[in-house]
Amino acid sequence: MNGWDRFVETFFNARVLARYWPDIIDGLWVTIALALAIIATGLTSGLALALIRSAGIRVLNWAIIFVVDLFRALPPLVIIVLIYFGLPSVDIAPSGFVSTWISLALVLMAFSEEIFWAGLTSIPRGQWEAARSTGLTFGQTLMNVVLPQALRITIPPLTNRTIAITKGTALGSVVAVTEILGQASSAVSNSYNPSPLTLGAAAYLVLFLPVVILGRWVETKFAWKR
Amino acid sequence: MTATETPRAPTGAIVEARGIHKHFGTLHVLKGVDLDVAERELVFVIGPSGSGKSTLLRCLNRLEEPSAGTITVDGINLLDPRTDLNHARQRIGMVFQSFNLYPHMTALGNVTLALRKVAGKTRAEAEEIGQSALARVGLADRAGHMPGQLSGGQQQRVAIARAIALEPRVMLFDEPTSALDPELVGSVLGVMRSLRESGMTMVVVSHEMGFARAAADRVVFMDDGLIVEQGTPAHVFEAPRHERTRAFISQIQRH
Repeated sequence: MNGWDRFVETFFNARVLARYWPDIIDGLWVTIALALAIIATGLTSGLALALIRSAGIRVLNWAIIFVVDLFRALPPLVIIVLIYFGLPSVDIAPSGFVSTWISLALVLMAFSEEIFWAGLTSIPRGQWEAARSTGLTFGQTLMNVVLPQALRITIPPLTNRTIAITKGTALGSVVAVTEILGQASSAVSNSYNPSPLTLGAAAYLVLFLPVVILGRWVETKFAWKR
Repeated sequence: MTATETPRAPTGAIVEARGIHKHFGTLHVLKGVDLDVAERELVFVIGPSGSGKSTLLRCLNRLEEPSAGTITVDGINLLDPRTDLNHARQRIGMVFQSFNLYPHMTALGNVTLALRKVAGKTRAEAEEIGQSALARVGLADRAGHMPGQLSGGQQQRVAIARAIALEPRVMLFDEPTSALDPELVGSVLGVMRSLRESGMTMVVVSHEMGFARAAADRVVFMDDGLIVEQGTPAHVFEAPRHERTRAFISQIQRH
């Protein structure tokens, strides 16, 4: 067997691929569910924190900054492991799925809060002054004038960060989540062949490449003439 | 000539500012300013940069919080904590040096936002009022344009339309032409002149001395946080009493 044949046998083993692709598809659905849950909750809570922070209540802002810095500093895997293996000692036993979801949502919340906040503060003071001078309240100005402009600015960094954190769903395999990598790893153990990992990589591409391309499109779509 | 010789008799003050002080940290920017503006009067405020003229103007709608003093606009005590400031601000239009149009909305969208959100108009009512406000500044045909597609002069006229659409009792202009290319200044001053002719009460901080001569009832000269001198344009420009006023006038007339 020459090197090329051995390479194909190892990573593109037809028999193993045929046997395990349904497992990878199952994992794909779990990854999609996990990713959607993380994006929905992470971005919403990140935006909520940024909006609360813009009200400028000092004690609240200290708390927000502390939480945000905490979850930006901790490696996501550490948070997952802490929740999954730590919480049962206080009689809360979240599943691997829930542990991964909460952990990555907290990380996405922290990073997206900073991005939303940067967007909000980048809007010139004159926009606030013009709106307030016509009698709009703080909240009306925030929601009608400042936030729409801030969101457009935040879309490129937000897309990148969201993709980066959502890819972390693969970390769930460590706490027995049957997402793509988890399925692929068990398939490798059962078949003594790494080909399922090839399938897994392909599944990640199928899932995230369109998102990356969508992000690029949204970026140009949302630009407007100054 | 006689019409500009004496300030017109007050028909009732719209703006009454008394003893206005403003501190920025250790900086004492306004040091006890009194300013009354009568109905239909155009008061023109001049002075060197840092004299406090813009700060005074911004105190008149409480974009700046005065450190001390009282301000009454159209009978409303602006500094009373019980005053509904957002309601009061509808009666005080403001135009900024940098236009501050909302870049994500059309010209009409800029004009109608407060009409819908503050004045409680329906979208149809707001758009009708907005269209006629844009027509008043000569931009009826630009309603659907985004601010980025308009020249500076057109943007500033949209900003004026945004303010007058709310039918304010007084309009504040904070250096409205300072950010404009010289050839675009005329269109904005033209709109301000027609506003003035329609009887709008106006306080204008600006360096457009030609406009002041032609349209102002009263010129107020400020320096170092105080009103140094005030009177008719003829008086302040041709025969200033104070040395500081003379120095300032001769300086700007050299340019």
